[in-house]
Amino acid sequence: MSIFPPEQRIWWKEPIERSEILWVVIALVWCLILFFMMPYWHIVGEQNLTNEAYRIKPEAFAKRTEAFAEKYKVREEGDTGIPVVRPPAGSDIYMLGRLWEWWPVLELQKDKTYRLHLSSLDWQHGFSLLPENINIQVHPDYEMVITIKPNRSGEYSVVCNEFCGIGHHTMVGKIYVVDK
Amino acid sequence: MTINRDFRTCPDTGFKIHLPADKLIKWNAVSGVVFLMIGGLFGIAVALTRWPAVHLLPADWFYLALTAHGLDVLLVWLIFFEVAILYFASSVLLGSRLASPKAAWAGYWLMLIGAVMTNIAVLRGDSSVMFTSYVPMKAAPDFYLGIILFAVGALLACFVFFGTLVIAKQEKTYEGSVPLVTFGATVAAVIAVFTIAAGAIILVPTLLWSVGYISHIDTLMYKVVWWGMGHSSQQINVAAHIAVWYALAAILFGAKPLSEKVSRTAFLLYILFLQLASAHHLLVEPGLSSEYKIFNTSYAIYLAVLASMIHGLTVPGSVEAAQRKKGFNKGLFEWLRKAPWGNPAFSGFALSVVMFGFLGGISGVMMGTEQLNIIIHNTIYVPGHFHATVVTGTTLAFMALAYWLVPTLWQKELVLPGLAKWQPYLFGIGMGLVSVFMMGAGTLGVPRRHWDINFADAVMGYDFPGAAHLMMGLNGMAALMGALGGAIFILNMVGTILWGKPKTKAAEEEAPAPAPEPVVATYGNAGTMAVPGTFTLAMVFLVSFVLYYFVNWKYLAGVWPLS
Repeated sequence: MSIFPPEQRIWWKEPIERSEILWVVIALVWCLILFFMMPYWHIVGEQNLTNEAYRIKPEAFAKRTEAFAEKYKVREEGDTGIPVVRPPAGSDIYMLGRLWEWWPVLELQKDKTYRLHLSSLDWQHGFSLLPENINIQVHPDYEMVITIKPNRSGEYSVVCNEFCGIGHHTMVGKIYVVDK
Repeated sequence: MTINRDFRTCPDTGFKIHLPADKLIKWNAVSGVVFLMIGGLFGIAVALTRWPAVHLLPADWFYLALTAHGLDVLLVWLIFFEVAILYFASSVLLGSRLASPKAAWAGYWLMLIGAVMTNIAVLRGDSSVMFTSYVPMKAAPDFYLGIILFAVGALLACFVFFGTLVIAKQEKTYEGSVPLVTFGATVAAVIAVFTIAAGAIILVPTLLWSVGYISHIDTLMYKVVWWGMGHSSQQINVAAHIAVWYALAAILFGAKPLSEKVSRTAFLLYILFLQLASAHHLLVEPGLSSEYKIFNTSYAIYLAVLASMIHGLTVPGSVEAAQRKKGFNKGLFEWLRKAPWGNPAFSGFALSVVMFGFLGGISGVMMGTEQLNIIIHNTIYVPGHFHATVVTGTTLAFMALAYWLVPTLWQKELVLPGLAKWQPYLFGIGMGLVSVFMMGAGTLGVPRRHWDINFADAVMGYDFPGAAHLMMGLNGMAALMGALGGAIFILNMVGTILWGKPKTKAAEEEAPAPAPEPVVATYGNAGTMAVPGTFTLAMVFLVSFVLYYFVNWKYLAGVWPLS
């Protein structure tokens, strides 16, 4: 019994039951498949997270994002005063997280590629793009650069899904994807 | 040698029980149950707040309650009960005196003081930083200090456990190798030492930072090291509850492991590979390479998953073998049909095995895959997963053990045996549904740790689909069902300890069933299939696993291309 010492003192020489061996082999093969799916997807898959990241001071990131927003601003989002920014296809685009907003609102073109820079000015935030359900962790002092290619037009929300204090549940941003 | 008057002989089991160990097991187990109750109450408040139609608590109280819920059940309840298991698996199972009961009591008080201190810090309202307390969000110093004291106490308990193993060996209280259950408990204790070391490395500087002696803590480094504690502590739970599974199979059926070699090797794989899993929480983080993420998140090559899959076969397999030995040999599943489904120790154990594997295991591997993590990270899918592992897996297994342990140690009869029959089903199925609904809502993007998915106060909002609101409502109802089961458990345990009738009869059903025969010698020859029923169930598990895994790759392939 499992609560008493093994009956045979030399238990490591007992034969292994057949179904057990079979299962160990099957499970091991499955584990190898699980493992190799990840490198495989890096080669053939289209959804892989970048390794590109830099250290950056929050002030520096804020400055770059503000310059970017000023340069490409096309209008304001409703009466919120938040700029809607429409950068050229293929360019570097910026979105910052801070207590408690994602700033600015972006307007992107469908099927074009952009280099999205993300960072936080204060605490950690969670960039959760809905309804796509793409989720990325955003740290202060780290700038992550992700190449994205929106492939459906529509209105997307960026919900914060890393707890960031009492206003966490009000932290929502927006990305528009337009056909032209 | 110690004096005989320090021991009593258990009338049910014949175990020689060291009296100081007896008392320590009781106090640690009871303290755990008290914190399970406190944490459970916070959990109900959280679930009712996330039920959109109820939305019970205001925002500040919600975040406070969620912090307390995580700490009290995920940390305090489980570790207290695990300390009880460690003392049981060493002192009682080996028939040895406990090493230094004084150190064990010091450990107990440190844990209790630490737990109370952290709870006070949270309830004061200035430390609603969640269980994870990610910097640069700052809690009050006593929040961190309480956790550190708790961890030091747990470390003392581990050393008492190791000391007891040494004493038992020296005083030759047993012959040959330690029992499998003790071996599993040893694995849990070794992992606990790693875990607490990682915790100390990160929480001591964080405490100093909170006091003001350190100016800056890197957010990424914090997470890498913190999860060396946070995730590894879940591996203590896994090792401990699998040891409990083997113990229950032995107690209820006289089951013997199919092969000591395979089961022990599987346990050993946990020590070797589980520590890597910190990366599970860092898969969408900036500044870590894909190579690092893949190696770590897969525990090298999923060798720890392999270990769990092995236990998934050998635990029910040992039950099947024992049942077949008793003559339940008809067809594939007579052994299972004729199992004691009305005994909460068995039904809790059976539900724990099934739900830990199907709900917790499969979802864990899915979301621990580097790229698949993109579509679930920080959604409520994550708590869905760990409620399956830690609640329907670990907590339910511990409850099942308590149904045997409490009447045996206290020599009292359960006060509510009728309700106890239903309890594992209410709690297990209720909490299993909680997991399923949270995972469902998570696939629709519902965030975790979020007070209001209607975004009533937000400048801009997002309209979640109706299904998301529906599932959060169903989650609340399922949580109430689970909570009812939890309440019955606590009532039964506390009631039995305080007012239970002393056992009069020799309670044969409580005694570990005698091992039928030297089992392995007869069926364990490599030529026959001794456990066809379990093997069939294992294949069902594998097929579900494969399907679910690839369905999620299909989901991922549908989202915006990223690189």
